[in-house]
Order: sequence, then structure tokens, then C-alpha cells
Amino acid sequence: MTAATDNAFVVFDRVQKSYDGETLVVKDLNLDIGRGEFLTMLGPSGSGKTTCLMMLAGFETATHGDILLGGKPINNIPPHKRGIGMVFQNYALFPHMTVAENLAFPLEVRKIGKSEREEKVQRALDMVQMGAFGGRRPAQLSGGQQQRIALARALVFEPELVLMDEPLGALDKQLREHMQFEITRLAHNLGITTVYVTHDQTEALTMSDRVAVFNDGRIQQLAAPDELYEQPQNSFVAQFIGENNTLMGTVKEIKDGVALVVLDDGEVIDAKPVNVSNPGDRTLVSIRPERVEINKDRLSPDAHLVHAEVLEFIYMGDIYRTRLRVAGNEDFVIKTRNAPDQRRLKPGEHIEIGWLPQDCRALDAP
Amino acid sequence: MSDATSTGPMLAADGTPLKRSLNRALRAQKLRALMLIAPLLVFILVTFIAPITDMLFRSVENQIVSDTLPRTTRALEGWDHNSGELPSEDVFAALTYDLVAAAERKDHTRLGTRLNYETTGMSSIFRKTGRRIDDFGETYMDQFAEATPDLAAPETWVTVMADPGWRADYAAWEAARAAARETGRDFDRPPPLFRLKNGVADILPEAADVYAEFARIAQVENGDNPAEEEPWAPVYLALYRDLMHVGPGAIERLDDASRATLAPAHDAVAGFQSERLADLYLDADKGWGEPAIWSTIQAFSSNYTPGYFLASVDLRQTADGVAMQDEDRRIYIMLFERTLFMSLAIMGACILLGYPIAFLLANLPLRTSNVLLILVLLPFWTSLLVRTSSWKVLLQQQGVINDVLVWIGLVDNANRLVMINNQFGTIVAMTHILLPFMILPLYSVMKTIPPTYVRAAKSLGASNWTAFWRVYFPQSVPGIGAGCILVFILAIGYYITPELVGGTTGTFISNRIAYHISSSLNWGLAAALGSILLAVVLLLYWIYDRIVGIDNVSLG
Repeated sequence: MTAATDNAFVVFDRVQKSYDGETLVVKDLNLDIGRGEFLTMLGPSGSGKTTCLMMLAGFETATHGDILLGGKPINNIPPHKRGIGMVFQNYALFPHMTVAENLAFPLEVRKIGKSEREEKVQRALDMVQMGAFGGRRPAQLSGGQQQRIALARALVFEPELVLMDEPLGALDKQLREHMQFEITRLAHNLGITTVYVTHDQTEALTMSDRVAVFNDGRIQQLAAPDELYEQPQNSFVAQFIGENNTLMGTVKEIKDGVALVVLDDGEVIDAKPVNVSNPGDRTLVSIRPERVEINKDRLSPDAHLVHAEVLEFIYMGDIYRTRLRVAGNEDFVIKTRNAPDQRRLKPGEHIEIGWLPQDCRALDAP
Repeated sequence: MSDATSTGPMLAADGTPLKRSLNRALRAQKLRALMLIAPLLVFILVTFIAPITDMLFRSVENQIVSDTLPRTTRALEGWDHNSGELPSEDVFAALTYDLVAAAERKDHTRLGTRLNYETTGMSSIFRKTGRRIDDFGETYMDQFAEATPDLAAPETWVTVMADPGWRADYAAWEAARAAARETGRDFDRPPPLFRLKNGVADILPEAADVYAEFARIAQVENGDNPAEEEPWAPVYLALYRDLMHVGPGAIERLDDASRATLAPAHDAVAGFQSERLADLYLDADKGWGEPAIWSTIQAFSSNYTPGYFLASVDLRQTADGVAMQDEDRRIYIMLFERTLFMSLAIMGACILLGYPIAFLLANLPLRTSNVLLILVLLPFWTSLLVRTSSWKVLLQQQGVINDVLVWIGLVDNANRLVMINNQFGTIVAMTHILLPFMILPLYSVMKTIPPTYVRAAKSLGASNWTAFWRVYFPQSVPGIGAGCILVFILAIGYYITPELVGGTTGTFISNRIAYHISSSLNWGLAAALGSILLAVVLLLYWIYDRIVGIDNVSLG
């Protein structure tokens, strides 16, 4: 990732941030965000994602490095001159103003005339389907409605970049899913660049063009959602995104892009080497539950099979979820589709399982 | 619900109306809550509501005039104060009866003090007259003694006036007392109270009235037997006036014993040398010759008076109605205005000084803000007197601040600034004392304003000032409101600081109230001033509620 990507709209160039002068909260961050892109910063709390957002918004200053917006460094520009829309975790709607006054606020401070202001406010309200609520106070609105207003307020002055700091955290699941859809639709329709911070991986996967997974002050992986899910670059990403089965082992040999891994109980499996390179490396092998195959016929004849004992079978409607003991790991989970020809495994049953080598990724041992 | 379609009240499962069964269920709960607050309720009733009620009552109460001069006030009803003439002899006679009784009970000086609030000079008139009132009617006493020597004997008066039943009771009581003395037992039964003979009041109304008064005072105040006491001279005056009015037929209706005494007296009175009462009064004090004195008594003869309230706003009640107080006696309106103005100034100063401090406190890290908060509270741990005195040290003309200013050369040694014993001194000292009451509510309200609001405002394009003024400040208004109400109400009734540093131009109405309570003892006026102060505070509170809204006040 270089700082000089042509269509990069926002650039973090070797940015570091420390609050106390002793520890770095953000360590050497390099990130390009394209114009019109929906980028999500995903990570556990304390991973530095919110700090990055605050530096971009101007509420925190970078200890080292440059942040560029549209090619210009913005380190010394105060927040109110950056022209970045922002949606806050608790909405931060001004409680003493009506909805319409809240929306008119950014236009007023920009000295936009009254008639144009009213027109823009109404358009923004209509955009989030809240056209009739202009006269209400924020306290009279439900959480979801407040969320829409906060969104409309961040968009009403037509910023090129919108930041969202865990905006859906306070909503219930159904509303959250609905709003996820609304936000992505709006962002794409308006062509705005969006930087979205969340610790909810489903949200990150469903909404984003690209996801930056943060941990320990660094971006662990920056990729499109499908790539992130299917091809995690390291064990943190593999474990953080989605459900995953992990097995510890040692690389025996790497040949033709396939690594032969000896698990700790002596069984041998095939895996795709991701960040192991030498025989003898300790490795963490990761397999998605839905990529485990219990039907030998679907695998190539020379595929390595692993012995497993069924511990638990859970019927979940659309899928079956079965817990197995594999190579000493009692939390090995497989998901099988509920189909007419699908077998229902019984606890105590001993079976053989396998997978395609590319679905099983040999990652660094944590 | 027994019947959902009926239009009657909702019924509970057992058929009673739901409202009633709900009330029953809640009653025990309410009762328990009431029990819990009962001690506080009683405390507040006793220490707060009762004194305020008493104060309100005192500010209009005026029974002393009609209590002390009942006959006079009745007699004065017919007098026209505009005539410019003195009241009739009847009024003077009534006043004589009232005054002699009052002087006997030593009430006349209190009455004089009370009326002196309204018309100066009344106090000395009553005091002087009270000393001589015993002699009024002496002429008649002497002439009666000459004409009917019987009347000089106290026993005769009892024969004429007293109810035979009472005499028997009294004799029995005396016998019982004597018996008790003999045996050495304690005897604390009170003597039977004097009763007038039936019918005597119809024939000799004034004499009976005054004699009854005399007998009661002799009994109750002095513990004497009326049969052994010589009546007051005004009793003879009353008898003279009665006998001059009644015909011989009336005397005939009296019992034998009385008739034997009074028939010759009645025959003799026509030949008595009479004496004008008005002259006696004028002789005692020339003031009685002024109709103004009489009209004051008349104006304040009712049980309740607006006089104290009128005096509180520099008005005066006269017999003609309400008039402005004399120019040189108008001080209360000015004092009220000054109190309001200075309280507002103190409140304003507290906002100006307190807001930045509260803002700082609310936005510093907790550890630092706690230390600062202790500094804010520090004055509370120092005695109010010490703090006020320290301002004296700082502000006086030979004080620290003047010394420093002279030393720097900003002020010439010859004209040092006068900063104390005036309004400036009071405002400075009271702002200092009341500042924490502004800071604390402000701080607790500001503490609840999340920093994201200002951030949001800035991200929306507002400059620091706009973000503060449009977003932060409106949300801190409830704190300002609470602080203002606290500071203003405390300031408006403040007493000790203005007393110490206010001099003459920096004192409040409360200082005047304290003066009336403890020095001039005009409690009625003090109560009226206090009631007006209370009303002003309530009025301002109401105005505040209308403008800002009282639900917009928050202590955090």
C-alpha cells in the first residue's frame, strides 16, 4: 500500500498515535481509501479503530505521520473546516433543537440562505423517510428514528466523506439489519466515501466494499468481505471473522502449493500454506465449519481423511450443527445443509471427515 | 373484566369496581409512605409553616387597640374625623374607663408604642396621661363622699353592684381558706370571680361596667377582695354620669339597700359641680387637643389592619384613606429596590465567575477536578464571619488591596479607593460567599453534557465558539437556572454580610427587618416586610417559571 495511489481519496501515511507517550495505540498505519468506497474498520475494542476515525475527523491529532484528504494533508486543519460528516455512536442529536433545526445546523453555520436551507433539510429528511418528523424533538423519537436523523444530519451538507462510529450499536437486531441496508443503499446512491467503524463482523461483511481488520494498533488484513472470510491472512483474522475450527500442528512438507501438516495427535492433513513457508514450522490450521465434508465420495480419492467422533448434534432448521472431537479438539464444529439426502449424525458415531486442500488454511501459530 | 361491552366502570374479579380495589391495594402503601415522612412533615409544620403563618398573621394583626380601648373605639364610631372638632365627653369618659383599666394592667404603654408607629408622639401622650388617669373623677369622688358618706366605703359598692350569690360564694371561699390556714394545709383554689347584680347594668350602665372592671382587676391582678378596696376615681365619674342621666323611677327599681344609698346621691348630683373631661385630658397632655390623635385611634380600631403593609411600601393609613408617607420617612421602597438590584448584581457576578470554573471542573480529568472542587468547597469550611472579616481586611482604605494599588502607583495615597461599607463591598463579599451555590449546580449539569455534542457540532462545521454557544450553552441553561434561583434567593434574604460590610448604603431590607425585630420591636412591620419579601421571591419564581420553565432547572 503506497501513499500515492491515484484514486485514493483518504490516505493514512505511516500514522502513529500515542496518548501517554509510552504505548502506541495506532502503530504505523498505512491505508488508502478510494473515492466512493465503503470501508469498514473492524476490530475488538481497544484495537485502535476508533482512534483512527477520530484522527480522521480531527478530534485527535496523529503523533506521527500524515493524513491526507483529497491529496491535501489535514493534520493542522480543525475539525469544523474538514467538511467531514460524522455519525456518532449515541447519535449526538442536539436535544434542545427540533429535528429540522438539527438538520439545519450545519447549513446555518455554512451561511446557506433560509429557503435553500429548508429545501435541503426537507430533501434530507425525505431521503431517510422521516419527512414528517421535522417538528419533533429528538427525545420524542425512537432509537431507529434518531439514527436516521443522525444520518440525515451528517449528509445534509453534502460532505464527500462520512464517518460512522458504531452507529447501530444501540439498536435491536432487526432494526440494525434494516439500517445496515439503508446506510449502504444511501452511501452507494449518493456516491459518498464512507468510513465505518464497528466491532460487529456481520455488519462489516454485509455492508462494506472493503474491511480493514484492526488488532493491536495494526491493520491485520484489508480485503473485500468474501476474501476476508475465505482467505484470512493470519490466525487472528481467521478466528475473529466468522466461525472457525482450528487445529494445531507442524508443517511436514510443502509441495505444489499444498502443505502437509502433521496434527498434534499424529494425523496428517492437506492444507493451503498461507503464512508458513518452511517444513518444521508450527502452524494453526483453520477450516470453516461449512467446508468440512463428511461424504467421502465428494472428495478426491487421494485426499487425507481425519478420524472424528460425534459428540453432539443440533438441529437448527436450515442447517445441522454437529460438534465433533477431532485430533483432541472437542469444539470442532461442522455445519451441514438440511437437505433430503443429508445424513443426521448421532452422538457416539465414529466417522471420517475431509476437505478440499484450499479450504484448509495453514496459518501462523499464535 | 366481567363485562367488556358494558359502559359502566371496569370491575375487578370479585365484582367491586376496579378503581376501588386498586385504591384499597394502594392505601397501605400510601400509609406506610406517609409514616416514613411523618417526622419530617411534623418538623416542617412546626419549624416552617407555623412561623410563616404566624408572621403573615402578625403583619395584619391589630387587636391591641380594640382590646385595650374597647369602650373608646365603640364610642369613636360616631365621631366624624373631618369635623375638625374634638370628640364628645362620652368619648372622653369611655377613654377614661379604658385607660384606668389599662394603666392598672400597665397595658397603656404598649398601646402607646403601637400607635406611635403610626403617629409620632402617641407614646408619650399615653404615658403621661396614664400617670394621671387615677385622678380623673376625683372631684366627683369628693362630692359623693360629702353628699353620701356611704359611697366612700368599699363595702357599700359591693352591696350596690355585686350579685348576692357571688357574695355568698366569696364568703364561703374565704371561710375555706381560713380553715385551710388553720390546719396548715395548702390552699390554691382561686376565689370566685366577681359577678354583677342582675339589672344594675341596665340602670347604671357605665358605673356597673367600670366597677366590674375594677373588681376583676382587684381580684385577678392584685389578689384583693373588692369589698375591701376603694374604687378608682373614674368609678365615681361613671356613677355621676349615670345618675345625671337616669330619672328617680329608675332608682326606685333598685333593691332596698342600694336605693338607700343611691336615692340621696341621685338627689345630690344635680347640685354637683361638674368638670369637663376634655380639660382634664388637655391638662395632662396638649396632644389630646389634636383631632389627628383621635383619628389615628379611630383608624386603627379594627382588629386587622393593612397599616403595617402600607408602612412597608412607604404609605400611611389615615382616617381619610391611604396617603404617601412623609418624604423624610420613605425608606422601604428604596430598600426593596436596592435589595433586588444588589441581589441581581450578585447573581450576575456569580454567573460570570462561576461559569468558566464549572466548565473547567466538568471538563478536567476526574482527579484534577476533584482537587479543584475541594478548593471551591473550601469556603464552606471557614466561618462566614471569618470570611466576611477577611474582606474587611482586604478592602478597607488602609487594607491590602489599597496598599498594593498605592504601592504600584495606580492610586494616589491621598485618595485611596472606598471599597467597603458601601454597595461595592457588599456585592464583592456576597459574591464570594454565594459563588459555590452557582458553581455546584452548574458543575453537576455540565457533567451530564456528553462531549460528543460539541464534537458533533464541530464535525457539522461549527467553529469552537458557535459549537459552545449554540450547542453547549443551551444545554447548560438548566444549571444556570438552578444556580440563579439558589443564589438570588439566598442573596435577597442575606443579613449578616451586608450588616458587616454594607455600611449605610449597602444594607438590605433584611437588615431593616432584623432591626425591627430586635431593636425597635415593631414586629408587625417586620412581619409585613418579611411577607412582602416572600411575595416578591414567589413572584420572581413565577416569572422565572413562565419565561424559562421550572422543569428547566436541574441540579444535575
